[in-house]
Amino acid sequence: MNELVHLTIDQQPVSTSAGNTILKAAQGIGIHIPTICFHDACTANALCRICVVEVHGARTLVPACVAKVSEGMVVDTQTERVRLARKTILEMMASTSDLSQSPEILSMIADYGAETDRFPDAVSRHPAVIDDNSMFIRDYAKCILCWRCVQVCATDAQYAFAINFKERGYKTQIATFFDKPLLETSCVFCGQCIGVCPTNALKPKKEWLLEQGMEPESIMSLTRQERRKRAR
Amino acid sequence: MIDTSQSKVVSTTCPFCGVGCNLELHIQDDFIFKVTSPFDSIVNHGNLCVKGRFGTDFVYNNKRITTPLIRKTPQKPGARTQAFDLNEWRTANWDEALDLVADRLVNIYQLEGGDALAVYCCAKATNEDNYLLQKLYRTLFRTNNVDHCTRLCHAGSVVGLQKAIGSAAMSNTAAEVMDTDVFIITGSNTAETHPIIALQMKAAVEKRGAKIIVVDPRRVEMVNYATLWLPEKPGTDVAVFSGIAHVIIKEGLYDQQFIEARTEFFEEFKQSMEKFTPEYVESVSGVDRKLIIDAARLFGNAEKGAIYWALGISQSTHGTDNALSLINLALLTGNLGRYGTGLNPLRGQNNVQGASDSGAMPWHYPGYQEVDDENVAKKFEEAWNIEPGGLNRNLGLTTTEILSHVHPGGVRSLYIMGENPMMSEPNLNQAHKHMQQLEFIVAQDLFINESGAYADVFLPAVSFAEKEGTFTNTDRRVQIVRQAIPPRGNSRADWQIICDLAKRIEQRLARQTTAFWDYTHPSEVLEEMGSLVPSYKGVKYERIQKVGLQTPVPDENHPGTPFLYKESFPLGRAKFFGLNYYPIDEQPDSEFPLILNTGRVLEHWHGGTLTRNSWLDDLYPEAIVEINPLDAGWQEIRSSDAIKVTSRRGEVVLRAIVTEKTIPGVIFISFHFAEAAANLLTNDAMDPEAKIPEFKACAVKIEKVSLEELPSPDRYQPRGRY
Repeated sequence: MNELVHLTIDQQPVSTSAGNTILKAAQGIGIHIPTICFHDACTANALCRICVVEVHGARTLVPACVAKVSEGMVVDTQTERVRLARKTILEMMASTSDLSQSPEILSMIADYGAETDRFPDAVSRHPAVIDDNSMFIRDYAKCILCWRCVQVCATDAQYAFAINFKERGYKTQIATFFDKPLLETSCVFCGQCIGVCPTNALKPKKEWLLEQGMEPESIMSLTRQERRKRAR
Repeated sequence: MIDTSQSKVVSTTCPFCGVGCNLELHIQDDFIFKVTSPFDSIVNHGNLCVKGRFGTDFVYNNKRITTPLIRKTPQKPGARTQAFDLNEWRTANWDEALDLVADRLVNIYQLEGGDALAVYCCAKATNEDNYLLQKLYRTLFRTNNVDHCTRLCHAGSVVGLQKAIGSAAMSNTAAEVMDTDVFIITGSNTAETHPIIALQMKAAVEKRGAKIIVVDPRRVEMVNYATLWLPEKPGTDVAVFSGIAHVIIKEGLYDQQFIEARTEFFEEFKQSMEKFTPEYVESVSGVDRKLIIDAARLFGNAEKGAIYWALGISQSTHGTDNALSLINLALLTGNLGRYGTGLNPLRGQNNVQGASDSGAMPWHYPGYQEVDDENVAKKFEEAWNIEPGGLNRNLGLTTTEILSHVHPGGVRSLYIMGENPMMSEPNLNQAHKHMQQLEFIVAQDLFINESGAYADVFLPAVSFAEKEGTFTNTDRRVQIVRQAIPPRGNSRADWQIICDLAKRIEQRLARQTTAFWDYTHPSEVLEEMGSLVPSYKGVKYERIQKVGLQTPVPDENHPGTPFLYKESFPLGRAKFFGLNYYPIDEQPDSEFPLILNTGRVLEHWHGGTLTRNSWLDDLYPEAIVEINPLDAGWQEIRSSDAIKVTSRRGEVVLRAIVTEKTIPGVIFISFHFAEAAANLLTNDAMDPEAKIPEFKACAVKIEKVSLEELPSPDRYQPRGRY
C-alpha cells in the first residue's frame, strides 16, 4: 500500500506515497500550487483548472488536484504556459462573476497580473439575491460554480442532496430542484455550503444584514413577520 | 463585506447536543454574525447541524433577562402563579437578590432541615458550574437532593450498565463509527438528534459498506441507510433484542471465548432466552420473525458490531431491562472492549456526561462515588472541610421524586439552574400542582421559561458564549468552552453566582470552617474536582486548549481513553442478566386506542428555552403530530389539519402531518412546544430501579378540530424534509 514514488517538482526531488496527487506531493515539500475549487474536505473534481501544472511528456496541462504522481514524473508548477493558463482562467472568472468578496482569488489576480477587463464583451451574471429563509442568503452573482456546496450537501458531508446545477453553459447556476424555496426542499440548514463557499456567495443572514448597514440591535429586533417578509 | 480586521474568531464547544462539535464564533462588536467549524476537528470534521451553525442567536434575544429580578407579589404555597410578564417582577441588584435567596434558603434549612431543600443542576451548564452547585447543597445544606435531567433521559441505561459492567459512559468513540461493520441503532433518531454522528454512520454505509439494523417504531431517517428495519411496537425492546439473542444462541453465533474469559451467568441467561422464540417475539412486538432471524445473523456474524441507542430504550417503565437486553447482546457477541464496537448510549445534552461526572446526582458524589459509602463520605468531608459525620449518608431524591415529594414535611424549596422541569417532566398538569406547593423557588437561567415563571427570585446567568468552563461530550471528551463576548447586561457566570451565594449562606449558618468558594477561574474548580475524581485527575485546562481529552485520564501524562474495557470491566467480569418481557404501563384500549410516542426534531432543543428564542423557530414554528395514514384515514385527517390529542392526563391541540414515518397505531409528538406540550399527555409511571418515567408510550385518542383552535394558526410552515 505505502509504496513510495519518486518524482521531481520544480527541479526538487520528491518521494511520496503512491496514490497521492501532484498537489499533495508539492505541498509536502512546501511548493504552493494555487487552488480555488479544491477543498481538503471535498472530493476534488478539477473544475476550475487553476491548479494546472506542466508534466513533461504530457500533451496538455494537468490539474494537480486530481492527477496522481507516478515514478519518474517531472513537474513544473510555474512555467510561462502554466502562468498564462492561470491568468486567463482568472480573467474569465472576473468577466462573469462578482469576485469582490473573494480575497483569495483577488490576491491570485494580483499575483498573476490578470487583467479583469480583458474580455470587455463578456456579459457578467446578475441573478438577484435569493433571500427565502431566516438562516442564510444565496447571492449567485458571486458564484464561480466551484461545486463545493453541492458536494458537501451530498456525499462529501451531509447527505441532504438539496442543491445541484441547473441549466447548462453560461446559464449554469446552483439551484434547488425546481427552484423551490429552501424550506420546501430536503435542506437541513446545516450551513455546510457556507463553510466551504470561497466567494461569499452564501452567507448567514445576520452577516448579510450587518453588511446592509443594520445594527445588531435592530437585526435582533426583527419580528418573525419581518424576517419572513424578506422571502422572495 | 465584514472587515475581518475589525472582527475576531473565538473557538469553543457547541452548547446543544452531546456530540460536542467544535465551533468558531465570528464576532464583530460583540455580535456573533457567523459560525464555522475547523475542518481538522476530531469530533465533527468541520461539519455542523442547523443548531450549531445558526442557533446561537438566543444570546441576543431581547427577551433575555440580564438583571436580577424579584417577584412583586410574595408567593405562598398553594397560590403560586407563573409570571411571564415583566410587570410582575421588579429589578434588583445582585446583593439584594442573593441576600434574599440566602435568607430564605437558610430559614427553610433551619426550620425544616436540609432535606426540605432540593436543587436541579443542569446538563447545559459546565462541569465547574455543576460541581459547585452540588457542593453548595451537600456541604452547606447537608442534603443529597441533587439531580438533573439525566434522570429523565438515560437513567435506565445508566442503571443497566452499572449493574452489568460497572460504568455507564459510552464505551467507544463516535469517530470509530467509520470502522464499524454492523450497527444496531435503536430508540435513537440519530439523524435529527445527533446529526454529526449520523453523518459518519451514513458515510460508513455509503463508503465502507457497513450495515445498519434500525429497531424503532418510527421510520426514522437512518432507515434510509439501513439494511434491516425492525418496526417494533413501542416498549417491546426486551422481546426483540432477546429474540435476536435467542437466534444467536440457537445458531451458535456467539463468541464462546469472550463469554468464558470475561463474563459470568451465561448459563442462567441462556435459559432465560429460551422463551424468546422468533414466533413469540413476533406475536408481542409485531416484528416479522424473519426480520428477527436476519438481524441475528447479520449482527452475530459481524466482525465489529456496535450498538447505539438513545432514549427510546431508557424512557420506559422497564428502561433498565431494555438496556440490559442490549448489554446481553453485546456480551454474547463479544462486541465490547474493542475498537469499532461497543455499547454506546448517545447522550443528549452537551454536558449530560459531565454533569453526571461532576456529581449532580442524588446517589453519587462526583465521579460516581456513592453517598452511602462511609469511606467515600469521609473522603469528601476531609476535602470539603466538613466535621466528621457532617455529610448526609442517605440517598437523595431523584428529579421526578423531588417534585412528587413537595408537601409539608417534604421538599419546600427548589433551586433550578438552567432546567425547565415544567416542560420536561411527565404528566405536566400534576407537576404544575407540585410546583405551586413550594415555599420558595430560585431560577438561574437566561429566559423566564415555564419553570422560572414560578420563581420568587430570578438570577440572570450567562450563555456558553459569555463564560469559561468545560463540557464533557457523549464520548467522554472534556472540551473547553471559551468566553467570546462580555456578559450581557448585568448577567453573571453561573460559577460566580454560586460561589457568591455560597459565601452568603456560609456566613448566615455561622459555620466554623469553609468548604472554600474563593475561585478566580473555573480551571481551579476543575483542579479541585480532579483531586477527588480519579478519572478527571489528568484533565487540565492547559492540556485541552486545542483538542479535548477523553476520560478516564488517570494522570497528567495519560493520553486519554478512546475506548473502554480493553483489558477488564470495572466489575471484573461483566454480568449477563436473564430477562422477562413486560408490556408498557398504559396499554391502548377502546377509549384511548393509540400509543403516543415523543421525541425531538432537528431544529429544536428540549424544553425550547434556547431554540424557541432563536431564529431557528422560523424553520419549525409550531408543534406537529405525526399520524400514520391508516389512523388518519378513518377520521379524514389530512396534513396541516388541527388535531386535538387527549390522554387520561391532559390534552393538546396541534397541527397534523399524515406520514408513514410513524407506524400504524402510534402517533408522534415532539416535546419542544410549550403551547402544545407533549408532556401534558405523558405517563409518569416509572422504572422501579432507575426512576425514569415512561415518556415514550402512553394511551391517547385523536380528534379533528377547527384550525382556529390551534395555538398559532398562522404559523404553518411547509417543509420539504418532513
